[in-house]
Amino acid sequence: MIPKQPRTHYLNISYGFKSWLFTTDHKRIGLLYLVSITLFFFVGGAFATIIRLELATPQGDLVQAETYNKLFTMHGVMMIFFFLIPAVPAVLGNFLIPLMIGAKDVAFPRLNLLSWYIFNLGALFTIYAVVSGGVDTGWTFYTPYSTTYSNTHVLATGVGIFITGFSSILTGLNFIVTIHMMRAPGMNWFRLPLFVWAHYATSLIQVLGTPVIAITVLLLAFERVVRIGIFDPALGGDPVLFQHLFWFYSHPAVYIMVLPAMGVVSELVAAFTRKSIFGYDLVAFASIAIAVFGFLVWGHHLFVSGQSVYAGMIFSFLSYAVAIPSAVKVFNWTATLYKGSVSYQTPMLYAFGFIGLFTIGGLTGLFLAAMGLDIHLTDTYFVVAHFHYIMVGGTIMAYLGGLHYWWPKISGRMYPEGWAKLGALIVFVGFNLTFFPQFLLGYMGMPRRYHAYPEEFQVLNVMSSAGASILAVGYILPMVYLIWSMRYGPIASSNPWPATGLEWQTSSPPPTENFEEIPVVTWEAYEFAGQE
Amino acid sequence: MEKWIPFIPERASTVAGRVDALYFFLVGVSVFFALLIAGLELYFAIRYRRRSPGEMPAPVRGSMKLEMLWVVIPFLISMVMFAWGSSLYFTIYRPPKDALDIYVVGKQWMWKLQHLDGKREINELHVPVGRKIKLTMTSEDVIHSFFVPAFRIKADVLPGRYTSVWFEATKPGRYHLFCAEYCGTSHSGMGGWVTVMEPADYEGWLSGGRAEGSLASTGEKLFQDLACVSCHRSDIQGRGPALKGLFNRPVRLEGGQTVIADEGYIRESILNPRAKLVAGFPPIMPTFQGQITEEQLLQLLTYIKSIGPEETPAAPPSPEAQAPSGGAGVTRKENVKQ
Repeated sequence: MIPKQPRTHYLNISYGFKSWLFTTDHKRIGLLYLVSITLFFFVGGAFATIIRLELATPQGDLVQAETYNKLFTMHGVMMIFFFLIPAVPAVLGNFLIPLMIGAKDVAFPRLNLLSWYIFNLGALFTIYAVVSGGVDTGWTFYTPYSTTYSNTHVLATGVGIFITGFSSILTGLNFIVTIHMMRAPGMNWFRLPLFVWAHYATSLIQVLGTPVIAITVLLLAFERVVRIGIFDPALGGDPVLFQHLFWFYSHPAVYIMVLPAMGVVSELVAAFTRKSIFGYDLVAFASIAIAVFGFLVWGHHLFVSGQSVYAGMIFSFLSYAVAIPSAVKVFNWTATLYKGSVSYQTPMLYAFGFIGLFTIGGLTGLFLAAMGLDIHLTDTYFVVAHFHYIMVGGTIMAYLGGLHYWWPKISGRMYPEGWAKLGALIVFVGFNLTFFPQFLLGYMGMPRRYHAYPEEFQVLNVMSSAGASILAVGYILPMVYLIWSMRYGPIASSNPWPATGLEWQTSSPPPTENFEEIPVVTWEAYEFAGQE
Repeated sequence: MEKWIPFIPERASTVAGRVDALYFFLVGVSVFFALLIAGLELYFAIRYRRRSPGEMPAPVRGSMKLEMLWVVIPFLISMVMFAWGSSLYFTIYRPPKDALDIYVVGKQWMWKLQHLDGKREINELHVPVGRKIKLTMTSEDVIHSFFVPAFRIKADVLPGRYTSVWFEATKPGRYHLFCAEYCGTSHSGMGGWVTVMEPADYEGWLSGGRAEGSLASTGEKLFQDLACVSCHRSDIQGRGPALKGLFNRPVRLEGGQTVIADEGYIRESILNPRAKLVAGFPPIMPTFQGQITEEQLLQLLTYIKSIGPEETPAAPPSPEAQAPSGGAGVTRKENVKQ
């Protein structure tokens, strides 16, 4: 039977710019975010491309040192604040959380739209900073370089990050209230999909952590403009204080990027093995544990900063503690495959990719948490490789997997499976070729943020640059065929995989109100057996 | 040597082998777990592949026993890493007492190094093999980081305070010196070489070039030129506390607390004298903030470290007589001479 689309759904109920720019439909807002962050992803990607081209030769010959420093700064700022942090929560979370819990919308639909506007306003400042000459402090804005010495557009970028932070806070607040108050009858906490648990944990970090970066940016701006001594010792400040404040947010921010991605992977693994996630409770609590412990490990970024050795030991210990719930998730996903019915559709390939790359990213984190080893490794390419395995190998793999998995729900159309599998393969191969050599470069001693480097590092750098060009193809491909499929893809049924979850019980695409009538939940999460 | 292991930088310090050992342990554990996960994924994915579209596997909810197993085992292994890493960290950041002092000043974008005998270098550091070296470092502007991969050491170099790290080179040669903390436009150009020499060659190198007088004697001259000496007198009680034998000794402050007169305290007392007043002395000392360079501060510091109570400051100590420093404080003259 050829599936038919419903006559009216959230996409065709109204047309025109106004119907999108003034929408309060969480699904449309999710798509607005999709457009914004895709734009920033490709801008950030373009910066990365030039960086990798420059590093193909040891000499700094393609761009000047100033330009190179601005490129890696803008790459980091764009990718972290304007792509990775909003990617899964603001796009997939917005689209799916109300659907998954059986609600008509989020708790505060207009606040949700406002968040998107705030996000873009912040982005506007940052884009202004880019086009008017850029900023060269690194995305970490270490003082006193950023407050006293850099004469680039630190303020505009800082204002951009400050403003965008509010979008993150409001989205988190919206999700927390939505998950508490809007669950359908019968949808108790332990029937929630793990995606929702992961977003709940993420939202806590967003609400509690983001204000700290806002304050930090504000202090930075005060010192830069009014010359109040907070961070610069020449004015009586403490340069390391900035690092404490910065990482108090920015380490948990890594979990803002990774936790929702883990939520996606739990959904994918369940759907493509047709089994409940092994140890649902532990996986759900692991998300909360990561969110809590994540706030207590920031000092592991300061092992070589002259921090007290005893403080260092506490941070090292807690960093190992936070690794355990992540390891638990990996083991539990693996155990879910056991006696499952594993299919290899594209989303599952991305899930496999995530588990593999996240495992490597996580294991190399153990190297950096070992203090005596971190002395050698910190600020080298080892760190660069490690966090790209977590944030690109982890978050982006899961994001792409999720985008494919829910694409039929989002667009009402199927993506082309063959192309999609090819794309997933290219991303996986390109990613490893790009970033694995960087581990080796790091241990060999190549510092990060280097415009030019000694010749003995060239071979590995060329491999990395070659991998980056493959990776770029892997990222452009899905954009092309997903857009193509919106018009030409086969019509999707309401539950094409088939999967559990309330989002699959409504039509594809869903109506504006999500459900014809609010469902009453009488089954556990991932209960496949009850289905046809 | 270790040349057969690829992707490992040269090992030229006493700790390099220990850092590598921990690295190999972690590589081993990581490879084991990565292969375990990948192997299980692959095996399950093939073994339990979907054979018919309508296939519905029996539900498995989880197993508390298994899950506890993979909570506890990784935790125990990680505690080994924690303990090992911490002990190594203590080794690298706790300079031994008999180390030879070398002073480092970082600035955009160069390294300035001063040896105790007065010899100065830029972006080059010459050290003898088999001698413990303690670097005391500060920055004139932004944060830098002193990184020698062959020694497996790195330490941030901060403006406004001293940080230190130590090493003992084991193999003559030339090794990369990098700045590892991003410090602005020419960050990647802020590097140089550490040249490790046989002790005899090192002696030859030390005696070559023009002699400027030892760091301590330059410091003493500064002590007179800046008129420090008029208050901090050695013969009778002056308006300021006497500095003989001060270094690394406890000092009683106005208000009752006690601090150890280490490099950081002496630095602070010169730049911001009223921050921690010595008990019984009036707050009359002017600040020297902005009037002396970081290098001059280090010279003054070396001088103050060099004056023990038994010495007569009138006769400047010979370069050898104050070569090593560290904690010994009073009995400085005993642990001299290479």
